[in-house]
Amino acid sequence: MSTSNYDPRILKAPHPVPGAPDNWKRFFSFNTDAKVIGIQYIVSALFFLLVGGLLAMVIRGELITPPADLVDPTVYNGLNTMHGTVMLFLFLFPILNGFNNLLIPTMIGAPDMAFPKLNAAAFWLVPVFATILMASFFVPGGPASSGWWSYPPMSLQNPLGRFINGEMLWITAVALSGISSIFGAINFVTTIIRMRAPGMGFFRMPIYVWTAWAAQTIQLLALPVLTGGAIMLLFDLSFGTTFYRPEGGGDPVLYQHFFWFYSHPAVYVLVLPIFGIFSEIFPVYSRKPLFGYKVVALASFAITALSLIVWVHHMFYSGTPQWMRNLFMVTTMLIAVPTGIKVFAWIGTLWRGKLRLSTPMLFCLGGLFNFIFAGITGIMLATVPIDVHVGNTYFVVAHFHYVIFNTICFGVFAGIYHWFPKFTGRMYYEGLGKIHFVLTFIGATLNFLPLHWAGLLGMPRRVASYDPEFAIWNVIASIGAFILGVASIPFILNMISSWARGPKAPPNPWKAIGLEWLLPSPPPAENFEDDIPTVINGPYGYGLNKPLVEDEEYYIKRAQEA
Amino acid sequence: MTSTHTNKRNPNSRAILIVAIATAIDLLMSILMAHWSYSWFPVQASAAAPYVDQLFSIETGIGTFIFLGCTGVMGWVILFNRAPKYDEEDGDPIEGNIKLEIIWTIIPLLVVFAIAAYSIKVNETLSTLGPKQKYRLSDNPSAITSVDRTSIIGPIQVIARQWNWEFVYPDGVRSSELHLPVNQRVNLKLISEDVLHSFFVPAFRLKQDIIPGSVISYSLTPTREGRYRLRDAMFSGAYFSQNQTDVIVESEKSYSDWLTFSGEQPLQPGLNPSQPLYARRLEKGDKGWATVSPAPAPLVNDPGDPSASHEA
Repeated sequence: MSTSNYDPRILKAPHPVPGAPDNWKRFFSFNTDAKVIGIQYIVSALFFLLVGGLLAMVIRGELITPPADLVDPTVYNGLNTMHGTVMLFLFLFPILNGFNNLLIPTMIGAPDMAFPKLNAAAFWLVPVFATILMASFFVPGGPASSGWWSYPPMSLQNPLGRFINGEMLWITAVALSGISSIFGAINFVTTIIRMRAPGMGFFRMPIYVWTAWAAQTIQLLALPVLTGGAIMLLFDLSFGTTFYRPEGGGDPVLYQHFFWFYSHPAVYVLVLPIFGIFSEIFPVYSRKPLFGYKVVALASFAITALSLIVWVHHMFYSGTPQWMRNLFMVTTMLIAVPTGIKVFAWIGTLWRGKLRLSTPMLFCLGGLFNFIFAGITGIMLATVPIDVHVGNTYFVVAHFHYVIFNTICFGVFAGIYHWFPKFTGRMYYEGLGKIHFVLTFIGATLNFLPLHWAGLLGMPRRVASYDPEFAIWNVIASIGAFILGVASIPFILNMISSWARGPKAPPNPWKAIGLEWLLPSPPPAENFEDDIPTVINGPYGYGLNKPLVEDEEYYIKRAQEA
Repeated sequence: MTSTHTNKRNPNSRAILIVAIATAIDLLMSILMAHWSYSWFPVQASAAAPYVDQLFSIETGIGTFIFLGCTGVMGWVILFNRAPKYDEEDGDPIEGNIKLEIIWTIIPLLVVFAIAAYSIKVNETLSTLGPKQKYRLSDNPSAITSVDRTSIIGPIQVIARQWNWEFVYPDGVRSSELHLPVNQRVNLKLISEDVLHSFFVPAFRLKQDIIPGSVISYSLTPTREGRYRLRDAMFSGAYFSQNQTDVIVESEKSYSDWLTFSGEQPLQPGLNPSQPLYARRLEKGDKGWATVSPAPAPLVNDPGDPSASHEA
């Protein structure tokens, strides 16, 4: 294949370029380009979305009838544990780090991350702990099966008494995932603070950058606590310590504090960047500035601060004294205020806009719709007397999946479609995208809405079998889950065929405002190279006729000619 | 073009009318939902249940109002603010509205504080949770005396295992099902011999984790006669979902009759629902992933009736 047709700048780019030779090889090397790492993260995360989804469908297959008749209960528990672990540690955290890699440098006009090698090391830990986790399916006794919380003393029971067991591999994988996330967080926070384009003060940063910063701050503050707690769990399991073992004077509840001190804020690590994606996408497809930009930006850090002082709401019935339950109920409910501000701001952005219902916008609207619902059930769960009834039932499972799938995954899909042209250089097929949205919305609603009622009636979570009175809700949920499985087909088809032979993407197909849209699609290796624009206005000037950067025409022309 | 305040138009009467009608519909729907929400629960069988259902109903009402309000506006813009094809123009460049932003910060703040204050009051009224006392696993947990003076009945020891339940009454009667007299506050001592479990009776709307190494004093008042499910709600391993039994709330007379009758019965193996499943697994060659073997059935005076149907 002749390479003379290509701009030499693009050819030397370490990231893939449509039609250029040896595109695929870049993804299997220790590549330090943030854009390659971003795609490495996203593609491997999507692979694990399929793995986790498959596990989910076995779970829903088991639960479509009351008795445990599809798999042995021990197998069910293992699959259930691995479903949660894969979805969180191999799908969601990696895919959001993928977005961070693609979006942070391009949005702030930086050539790359602050520490490119650390960045590549953080990514390459993912296949390492993914292999460890997947290997645990094949060790004697099977994988970890104590739920993704891995509460002691049950997680310490080790029935076969072997040194290498599923639980041990699970803890190792989770600890490595923590190290990878801390590497990533150091990188993202440093990049945001130190490497912004000239003129881009904090209050000219896009909201995605604000939310990524707020989220990664949580990683830096809280993740060491879980990693420490996990190492203590490993020592209890493998080396005879008794931090959590009551027979040696340890306290199993101590682990719950370590676990939730990180794992509740972890949900905000996941959802904050999605708030960022909503805040980017609503203005573009409403053709309006983001409503209340400054307040939305600051609300991200209000969420960060509050997220660190709410963890005991997971332990309202763990023997937590009354004063502590009351205190954490109030802090938890306060989170409704900054999140409410964001929700109202997005609705304010839509109001009197010029809406275009393309795929990313549909996923954002669907995600916002679901998030408002999830927020309301969240307040219910924060209310101690209600939580004492519905805690640890399917009501929590339903609420959690309304956040984690119906909001966060919707935002992830929106982000993938919105920035697909920018980073692959190809347009996706709108028709397939809309089919994907419709199937996903119907499937997700059927799957997760009915589970609220199962929970209110008293169906505990994590059960492999249940009393017949819960059957109807479970049948509907299982049908929804299978529709979600089907929904992945148009998505995969769209991504593969569009990347391979979709129409070539212009630099700014959505007429969006933002530094990344002033770059060619896909952007060259070091983004703006030594010609970084000077930012002179805020990020969402739709209809304001204010240029984003000095000499905007020059950058637009340059991107189109590339 | 200037920014913030270009949207100040004279509010015309049509807009006011539409908003008023929409708000009225929203309000009506919220009230209907709040009433309807009572039917989503099992029967109310403890003193806590009416409070929980009422709080849930209030939050369902407020939640419905907010949800329909927000999604109603979203529906409106999707219907009426779509850009026509080939319309490349931008929308109104509204960048914010300080007054609105203050309103939608203050109102949620007041609402959540009101809910929290009311919930704290409910917590105090019910005061189900007594002290949690740690003990060495080698000691006998029944030696730990309960300090709940508000309860008339008890303390009844609730012993959870992988995977069965055992209830020991003050006079030594042992049972696989929990019998309680109606309308009398009862004190339970929650004890686990292995891992975490949770005492959960949906009809009571109550749940309390049971922690190995601690005895937790827990008090409640059943208010309705009937047979209700007691479920383990804290994941406890392989046969977790089998770890359930029944609570039987009965009149004071049948309760004391049952105590006397049971006291005369010999000890026999009680309910152990995971045992037949585990035996079948062993028969089939112990396939599946690793698990500890189920605890042996407790020896009890009343082995219970696994075939009886429960109300909730």
